[in-house]
Amino acid sequence: MSEVLVVIDHADGVVKKPTYELLTIARRLGEPSAVFFGAADQADEVASLVKAYGAEKIYVIDDTELKGYLVAPKAEALQQLAEKTAAAGGVAAILIPSSFEGKEVAARLAIKIGSGLITDAVDVQEGPVTTQSVFAGNFTVTAKVTQGTPIITVKPNAAAPEEAAGAGVVETFTPTISDGAKTAQIIATQPRQATGRPELTEAAIVVSGGRGTGGNFEPIEKFADSLGAAVGASRAAVDSGWMPHAFQVGQTGKTVSPQLYVANGISGAIQHRAGMQTSKTIVAVNKDNEAPIFELVDFGVVGDLHSVLPAATEEIVKRKA
Amino acid sequence: MNIVVCVKYVPDATADRHFEQDNTVDRVGVDGLLSELDEYAVEQALQIKEKIGGEAADHTVTALCVGPEKAVDAVRKSLQMGADRAVHVLDEAIAGSDAVATSLVLAKAVQKIGEDRPIDLIVCGMASTDASMSVVPAMLAERLNLPQVTLASVVEVQGDQVRIKRDNEGSTEVIGATMPIVLSVTDQTGEARYPSFKGIMATKKKPLETFSLADLGIEADQVGLSVAWSQVEDTTARPPRTAGEVVTDENGSGAVALADFLASKKFI
Ligand SMILES: Cc1cc2nc3c(=O)[nH]c(=O)nc-3n(C[C@H](O)[C@H](O)[C@H](O)COP(=O)(O)OP(=O)(O)OC[C@H]3O[C@@H](n4cnc5c(N)ncnc54)[C@H](O)[C@@H]3O)c2cc1C
Ligand SMILES: Nc1ncnc2c1ncn2[C@@H]1O[C@H](COP(=O)(O)O)[C@@H](O)[C@H]1O
Repeated sequence: MSEVLVVIDHADGVVKKPTYELLTIARRLGEPSAVFFGAADQADEVASLVKAYGAEKIYVIDDTELKGYLVAPKAEALQQLAEKTAAAGGVAAILIPSSFEGKEVAARLAIKIGSGLITDAVDVQEGPVTTQSVFAGNFTVTAKVTQGTPIITVKPNAAAPEEAAGAGVVETFTPTISDGAKTAQIIATQPRQATGRPELTEAAIVVSGGRGTGGNFEPIEKFADSLGAAVGASRAAVDSGWMPHAFQVGQTGKTVSPQLYVANGISGAIQHRAGMQTSKTIVAVNKDNEAPIFELVDFGVVGDLHSVLPAATEEIVKRKA
Repeated sequence: MNIVVCVKYVPDATADRHFEQDNTVDRVGVDGLLSELDEYAVEQALQIKEKIGGEAADHTVTALCVGPEKAVDAVRKSLQMGADRAVHVLDEAIAGSDAVATSLVLAKAVQKIGEDRPIDLIVCGMASTDASMSVVPAMLAERLNLPQVTLASVVEVQGDQVRIKRDNEGSTEVIGATMPIVLSVTDQTGEARYPSFKGIMATKKKPLETFSLADLGIEADQVGLSVAWSQVEDTTARPPRTAGEVVTDENGSGAVALADFLASKKFI
């Protein structure tokens, strides 16, 4: 069976959930080989984790020399790995997490190896046939790569991770990186403060606040915490400086597709919908009964979020106790 | 400085967007406009030019668009905003092209624009509002063998150095590179200007060239739907969400009803 290269999504060696989703998908297409760009001394730990989700091989690419640069070196490394693997027995597909970085790596790789690219898949089945959600979630599209090795970037929550024991053979791969790939340099990095809440794009529940919060996100955060949810925001809330841009949901922020999305003090503009419309269940709290967000909801409360949310939080805490 | 800004003509997001029988995006039968996200690219290109100062004639901002006949609207809007000249690549064979082919056409057009004077900077939007793949800038950089500095929320240019700030997954980064580069900018870079009356009047005198594939040395069979490296199999309109129950809060009844709903769906 041909190998399916899966780029591991991790932060400093801590493997993120989308990795397991990608490995689960990879098993439908061939033999999963996980690709770890990271510190060599974290490789064994990472290998033991991905092995449990079916990774037959783990290619370790030490990124000490690469990580100071933007995507180009990673694309070069993947090209060389794909060529080597193709020569050894074939590559059925290359799966990459659908972050902005992932998409750019995929874009450069597609040109390098002359292969078609599909981005933001919300499902991948045998073929591989991908499903995407387009036009602000108003259309579902199935597609196929028709040239070269299918390169697919996959969104979080595209599959339920399923455990399966893989051989987990660790292999070091050392790519040759050209000087031309080392031209866009990362000069400074400022890590964002951890919130202790789930990652916005991966969370099962997202609670968002908009202009209607008036800048007070406390009711949003407390309500979110009572449900174990991630916190999001509309652009109006971000533009007002109430929340960092990383929390923005929508066309120019994150696209989320959780089990439950709760929009509070958010009117429901098309650009906001683009980022949350495919959520399974949608709830809104808004004091205007004509707010367009109510057209989407499974359940809505017309009321002031500053009184509804604290009372609901109390109610939830009470019921959970 | 010689700047090219890539602008796309897209179906209006607030209108009815749909697919054609061959599963390509209908770009002719619906209202279109300059992609909102590319207005930010035009704005940054103009600001960079303005900040450098010096002889205006030494600096050129060329708006570049690959698209159908109607796409000339997007080109014209860029000129109205203040671009100095525009290039519209128009050729029936391009219809249905995927990002891979579009980036080829853009790359060849950039090379042609740069024949007289080398290009220093190519500015793109963060994503097209229809395809929203955010891949064309990276593909363009790959094809032109240039550094890519993408998704900027703040852009600074000093001499031949470009520095940007950008929000990454878990951090904020400062990225630097030496021109020539491909730059893409987000909507965080600041509001795009509206065309002024003067700008609109000046447009008539600005050069607007149309290139065909032959002008760019591209064969018709290198682009278009039939050779796309990925193919859409099927498109389905998502069933509209049916509006659910909406209750009005009265003295705390909303909170209880909300908790009841969440419990009924097993979220509590
Ligand atoms: C190119 C472009 C990209 C964009 N990208 C995004 C994006 O990624 N994400 C995004 O969100 N937007 C985006 N926007 C902006 C979008 O068009 C809207 O302006 C924005 O979503 C509005 O945010 P809002 O709903 O919080 O504010 P508003 O539209 O002002 O709505 C506030 C709502 O709060 C309600 N309210 C007020 N007070 C209370 C209260 N006490 N209790 C309960 N309800 C209350 C009001 O009834 C109203 O419905 C984009 C716009 C453009 C042009
Ligand atoms: N047909 C096109 N003509 C001109 N520029 C384009 C075209 N397609 C994409 N671009 C540029 O590439 C950016 C990203 O597009 P995309 O990768 O399609 O999301 C856009 O914001 C534009 O700047």
